[in-house]
Amino acid sequence: MIHHYTPTAKALHWLMALLLIGLLALGFYMQDLPLSPQKLQLYSWHKWAGVTVFLLVLFRLAWRVTHRPPALPDHMPKALQFAAHAGHALLYLLMIVIPLSGWLMSSAKGFQTVWFGVLPIPDWVDKNKELGDLLQITHEILNLLFAAVIAGHVGAALKHHFIDRDDILTRILPARFTEKKS
Amino acid sequence: MKLLALALTLAATLSFSAHAVEYHQVQADQSAITFTYQQMGVSMDGKFGDFTAQLSFDPANPAAAKATLDVALASIDTGSIEGNEEVAGKPWFNSATFPTARFVAHTVKALDDRRYEVAGRLTIKGQTQEVIIPATFTPQGNAGVFDGRFTLRRADFAIGEGPWAAFDVVANEIQIQFRIVARSGE
Repeated sequence: MIHHYTPTAKALHWLMALLLIGLLALGFYMQDLPLSPQKLQLYSWHKWAGVTVFLLVLFRLAWRVTHRPPALPDHMPKALQFAAHAGHALLYLLMIVIPLSGWLMSSAKGFQTVWFGVLPIPDWVDKNKELGDLLQITHEILNLLFAAVIAGHVGAALKHHFIDRDDILTRILPARFTEKKS
Repeated sequence: MKLLALALTLAATLSFSAHAVEYHQVQADQSAITFTYQQMGVSMDGKFGDFTAQLSFDPANPAAAKATLDVALASIDTGSIEGNEEVAGKPWFNSATFPTARFVAHTVKALDDRRYEVAGRLTIKGQTQEVIIPATFTPQGNAGVFDGRFTLRRADFAIGEGPWAAFDVVANEIQIQFRIVARSGE
């Protein structure tokens, strides 16, 4: 019986947590800024980071499929276990769909995505104002949903740690935190 | 003798001017002034929708050619409404004070039977610069098709001042392409 995530899975989890929360905050902050060189820079950085996160999540999913995570504790009712799996599936789905919606929105608005200003990513859709506006709303709603699911994810982890007093939180923490407990 | 020379000169001038064709009815639906620039390493396109041209051109005597081109800067399309509003402002074109960009050709040199080098003065935002534009001329019925492209350095005309003056976000070089189809006659 394994009790911990692999170091790679832990590293990916925390790296992406930082990147995703940063991207969410940046995304909501930059959209209302008046046009300026800084705004154009922030948009570019947001897009570059978004592409990076998309590639990281592909790698993470491949790792997840080939490295079985520790099982949920037995004390959890079946319904909650299902909810936990569904929540994680939804997080992964949003991590895939949100960058895609941002990339398509960018193309529809007539701004190609060029990763780090060097690698052009092809446009899958042509410039189209209606489609651009639709994708903008889609990107925004998906991110509001993402923020809500992340809040639920964090809340559930804290509930496991402080109320259920199980190892759900510690098993994703770096090994030195978990060694004390076991 | 002097008189003869004068008469010859006059005759020559007249015969040239008889060949020179005035192209001043710009065919807006077939003509275009577009531009390409780099923004954060991303290639962006734009265009000007409103311009007029006065062209007098005789392929047999390009040296006598005259060309004046006026571009209404408010007709710019940078690709986004936000961008169009931005470039009308003082740091960019200051279109309220300088509504028009004007190119006046003063020397046309033939490179071969359809390629020319057009030298002239380009005035944007109160700044005048000497530019040389390679162009081609193709007669098309009673119309003439003038095609060309050149690179404009926006800093030469103070286009994009203050926070926009650095080239790390919007590059200095703007590639301008034009196709002007103009009809001659009444």
